[in-house]
Amino acid sequence: MKFMLIMRATDEAVAAYTEMPFEQVIEAMGRYNESMLKAGVLVAGEGLTDAAEGFVVDFSADKPLITDGPYGETKELFNGFWILEVSSREEAAEWASRAPLGPGSFLEVRRVTGVEDFPADNEWIQKEAGWREQQAQRSEQG
Amino acid sequence: MTADEPAPTARSAPAGEVTERAVAAVWRIEAARIVGALTRMVGDFGLAEDLAQEALEDALRQWPADGVPRNPGAWLTAVAKRKAIDRWRRQERLDERVALLAQELEREQATDGDLLWDPDAVDDDVLRLIFIACHPVLSREAQVALTLRVVGGLTSEEIARAFLVPTATVQQRIVRAKKTLAAANAPFDVPPPEERAERIGAILAVLYLIFNEAHAASGGPEWMRPDLGAEAIRLARVLAALMPREPEVLGLLALMELTAARFPARTDGNGDPVLLADQDRRRWDRGRIARGREALATADARGRGRGAYSLQAAIAECHAVAASVEDTDWERIVLLYEALGRLAPSPVVELNRAAAVAMATGPASALLIVDRLSDSGALRGYHLLPATRGELLRRLGREAEARSEFAVAAGLAGNDRERVLLERKANGAQK
Repeated sequence: MKFMLIMRATDEAVAAYTEMPFEQVIEAMGRYNESMLKAGVLVAGEGLTDAAEGFVVDFSADKPLITDGPYGETKELFNGFWILEVSSREEAAEWASRAPLGPGSFLEVRRVTGVEDFPADNEWIQKEAGWREQQAQRSEQG
Repeated sequence: MTADEPAPTARSAPAGEVTERAVAAVWRIEAARIVGALTRMVGDFGLAEDLAQEALEDALRQWPADGVPRNPGAWLTAVAKRKAIDRWRRQERLDERVALLAQELEREQATDGDLLWDPDAVDDDVLRLIFIACHPVLSREAQVALTLRVVGGLTSEEIARAFLVPTATVQQRIVRAKKTLAAANAPFDVPPPEERAERIGAILAVLYLIFNEAHAASGGPEWMRPDLGAEAIRLARVLAALMPREPEVLGLLALMELTAARFPARTDGNGDPVLLADQDRRRWDRGRIARGREALATADARGRGRGAYSLQAAIAECHAVAASVEDTDWERIVLLYEALGRLAPSPVVELNRAAAVAMATGPASALLIVDRLSDSGALRGYHLLPATRGELLRRLGREAEARSEFAVAAGLAGNDRERVLLERKANGAQK
């Protein structure tokens, strides 16, 4: 089963990180990623740039509206993620608690849905799967 | 996790909230490193495994009350070392080794165990551990049990459940395997270059067997047990990280990912198997396909050609990228089967090649291959030989011969569902 580890940092954590030597941060993260890679559990992972660089697409109105800046509360920003393939929820929790993060940081852990979570005969799910397949083929050809 | 739900293995977890499952999770992560490091330190694989298991029992007793220690791997190793020292002292073996171990323990305690995990030393230990667990003096089933237990960190109960055997059988296999390794004086080391290829081959065979147990369970109520498949893939990833220059390790990883990608479509709503041709390809796991293709591309980039696993992975890739049976590049599959048949000749590969030839160039040339196989007698008793022959004859319009082949196949099929299907074909059903 797959789990997503969602990194959420408060202002406190961000401030602490900017005070730490960059090399040290990179090394700690590198070591953490390597340990999961070598254990065969790391499937994907990315870090995100400053939320101020991002933008939000709001679907509340008839037409999607694009606004600058981070989404919602800026207290707990979504800063990056890992996807792990492990044998249990407990194993995901164990890996999550080894992340080199400090006070003010949180990891939200969510299970990633698989095909098995959906009924095989749902028309819309089949449509989405078909669409994904086309996308995959397009990217294969490209 | 929501705010009102406590984190299961938080380092600050109050007593009583550390479950057995949480201890098991730590063990799955740490087992290989701990048993590997202990084997190097005590110089005896069997003893190291015993000590590690005893340390695990201590953890199961203590952690639920005291919480998980900050560095659980170091905690477990320190406990195991202390047990080694006690054991040697009781046996009055007060040699240098005891002093050395005691010294090391003290040093580690001063640094909270951080010394223990020098990454290069850990990698070497884990690789040696995989080699010794798959040592050629052991039977295949002993290699499988030992690999899952010391490298995978599975308990004897879990291994027993996966292979549908009693726990006592697994325990006996492991005890016996340790005795055999001791009797053979098997070294805890990476084999010399002249043995390397063969020894890696043995490891890959063990991992592939674990994987196949998952997707073609030979018996029992569950047709699939994806947990063993996932474990085999994890172990192949571990091996690929340890031996990044071995193309066949990546080839096996690719083969497993690409095969497992089809798992979601391999059974229907009733849990009955669905043949490749009839599978709903929209249910295939695109993430696995992408990872499998990437592993195969990395294997190819090593520039040492394709071995048997890479070739099978390439065949699986042909299916994975095809939108349907008709869209499949059968000519390429024929070429890949030809290469595979030369590298690793086998009548089953030959039969598969015949099926691919039928799709690529038609049933007549495929029938020639199948007839040669029949004459050789290599697959006598294997129901898929007459079943394939029946399909080819039917496509050639030789209906009477086709029906009698299906009847023969039905008599040989071990699986009820397959038998019923073949009987129906023998009676004239077209599908």
